[in-house]
Amino acid sequence: MLPLIFVLPIVMLLVLVNAANFEMKNIDMLIVDRDISQTSRELISKFEGSPFYRVSYGSFSDKENSAMLTSDKCDIILNIPYGFEKNLVRENKSDIQLQINAVNSMTAGLINAYSTSIITKFNLHVIAKWKNPPKGFKNKSINITSSYWFNPELNYKIYMVPGILVILVTIIGMFLTALNIVREKEMGTIEQINVTPIKKYQFIIGKLLPFLIIALFELSFGLIVGKLLFHIPIVGSLLTLFTFAGLYLLVSLGIGLFLSTIANTQQQVMFMTFFFMLVFILMSGLFTPVETMPKWAQNVNIINPFYYFIKVIRMVLLKGSSFANILSEIYAMIIYATAIIGLAIWRYRKTV
Amino acid sequence: MKQFAGFIKKEFYHIFRDVRTMLILFAMPIAQILIFGYVVTNDFKDVHIAILDKSKDNVTKEITNKILSSGYFILEKDLSSSKEIEEAFKDGSIREVIIFEPNFAANLEKEKTANIQLLADASDANTANMIVNYTSGIIYDYLKKENKDIEMPMQIVPEVRMVFNESMKGVYMFVPGTMALILMLISAMMTSISIAREKEMGTMEVLLVSPLKPLQIIIGKVIPYVAISFTNAVTIILLGYFVFGLPINGSIVLLLAESILFILLSLSLGILISTIAKDQEVAMFISMFALLLPTMLLSGFIFPIENMPDVLQWLCHIMPPKYFIIILKHVMIKGTGLMFVWKETLILAGMTLLFLALSVKKFKTRLE
Repeated sequence: MLPLIFVLPIVMLLVLVNAANFEMKNIDMLIVDRDISQTSRELISKFEGSPFYRVSYGSFSDKENSAMLTSDKCDIILNIPYGFEKNLVRENKSDIQLQINAVNSMTAGLINAYSTSIITKFNLHVIAKWKNPPKGFKNKSINITSSYWFNPELNYKIYMVPGILVILVTIIGMFLTALNIVREKEMGTIEQINVTPIKKYQFIIGKLLPFLIIALFELSFGLIVGKLLFHIPIVGSLLTLFTFAGLYLLVSLGIGLFLSTIANTQQQVMFMTFFFMLVFILMSGLFTPVETMPKWAQNVNIINPFYYFIKVIRMVLLKGSSFANILSEIYAMIIYATAIIGLAIWRYRKTV
Repeated sequence: MKQFAGFIKKEFYHIFRDVRTMLILFAMPIAQILIFGYVVTNDFKDVHIAILDKSKDNVTKEITNKILSSGYFILEKDLSSSKEIEEAFKDGSIREVIIFEPNFAANLEKEKTANIQLLADASDANTANMIVNYTSGIIYDYLKKENKDIEMPMQIVPEVRMVFNESMKGVYMFVPGTMALILMLISAMMTSISIAREKEMGTMEVLLVSPLKPLQIIIGKVIPYVAISFTNAVTIILLGYFVFGLPINGSIVLLLAESILFILLSLSLGILISTIAKDQEVAMFISMFALLLPTMLLSGFIFPIENMPDVLQWLCHIMPPKYFIIILKHVMIKGTGLMFVWKETLILAGMTLLFLALSVKKFKTRLE
């Protein structure tokens, strides 16, 4: 147990944060240049110069090239047809073909966006070089300046670390609590405790308190690891964070206790918690934003404890939100904790 | 043989008696497919934004309307001064503020240029990036219509074709992944836990002194899980086909055969874990951290392997689900045959033999 407490957060942070990454790099591009002109070579050099692409040249056989795509040897085929440069100069318009392996629609979308933006930029460059802009009157233009608040370098990792800390804390709060109590049930030792003069509430507090303390300790340890390894910012107040974490833990401990009252074996608890954690984590907004989910899913999130804590920990750590900003989440946690612990104690009485 | 049949019957009773676990075993793949299909999508819509319009003229109103009617954005707040921006972000509900400079329309008319500032909440870096791209796209689109009398010279038009998945559906990705996860979960985790349970309870000794041979005990233990896993695999394929329109372009026989190979692999892993673990808790933790997390994260299921640091990529290469997912994608989506996946199939078969050999060795030493 003890090595687990220290090893688990480090391994989880290292593996999860590095694996859970949607940034694209090493896009394998196969180039078929049938034009072999100066313009086509310039376009290719743009892709060669980009750090996102690994460029290689395909043969002129379409069949061989699509076999490359089928066997995952490349992600995208850029086909520059014969007459590319000539059409561009004479007809003012020229086509090129991109074939993208779209089995993974998410990466295909990104590859498409990167590639077309390189082509668009190149296009502007070509226009500037070959032709003077039409004279007479000037185009209207709008300057768009964008700035990224709270994370100017657009570092995806500092967004993932807080979310993963939530999962870590919940595994301890919910999972280990439930497992621990059911283990006593399975071994029969809970009967022995029940016949001692210990009161029900004393037993429950006694069972829950160690896990509450361990989980809070894990949170601090995880924060330190995150700070040292990933340089996550801690903008908001830690007091706010830990107060909310305490409330959140009451909810997860309550759920753990409740699950342990409906399960009889460790195997059952294991599967039930695993099932709920999987559903709740996927819906919590850890990987995809909650707003893009359908309405019913957003309604389900009302009973999803992960949703609240992942939202709050990101707000407090990254944006420095204060108590006033997270007031509604705090109320939600208080109501949730009261309800679930009440339910668990009620169920617990019945089973004994 | 009769004893053996009886033993298998007993194992089935064991599993079917536990209604809650059964329910979860069969509900899990369905729930997971539905969640991936409907909830975890990359659709970009309903992003809450705020607007700080310092000009309030016809043009800014027109652009605002265009942005809001796109379906991507919902106006949460109309801000009246820059001081409100930070608080609005900290409340957490808005993800972008669009600022129009004063005298926007006048500037655009007289000077031919005007300024818009986009502030994005980049604590979620990826989404912030998308939001800014979408907003700029809409604004440029507006501008293009304004400037439509002037023809742009020398256009390079990229024709994009999404091969294997024209409509860019997410199911193509998560059905293979879910299958690997569920088969791994049921075969490896359930087997290892149920054998560890017999050990912990001391009933393993009882089984070992019975006239059944150790091999028969193991086979009898795993047969019910083969049946359940196989049912689940078929359920997932059917759900993908009928609910989400995922085609099966390759041979169904090959698909099912590969599934059985992967089930056997998971079972041998489960047996290996159970020979190492001394009780259920240890078996669970090994299954959790050695099987489930890697299956979800290091198999190319959700996150592309090519983007990971080298160390993690090496780890990915020794994860069996990675190869199974590659096979599934080939057979189901690309419609290729054994020609393209013989290497992966051999790797899976080799791993199965390795795990079986290891567990037989472990099992024997335990009996002595």
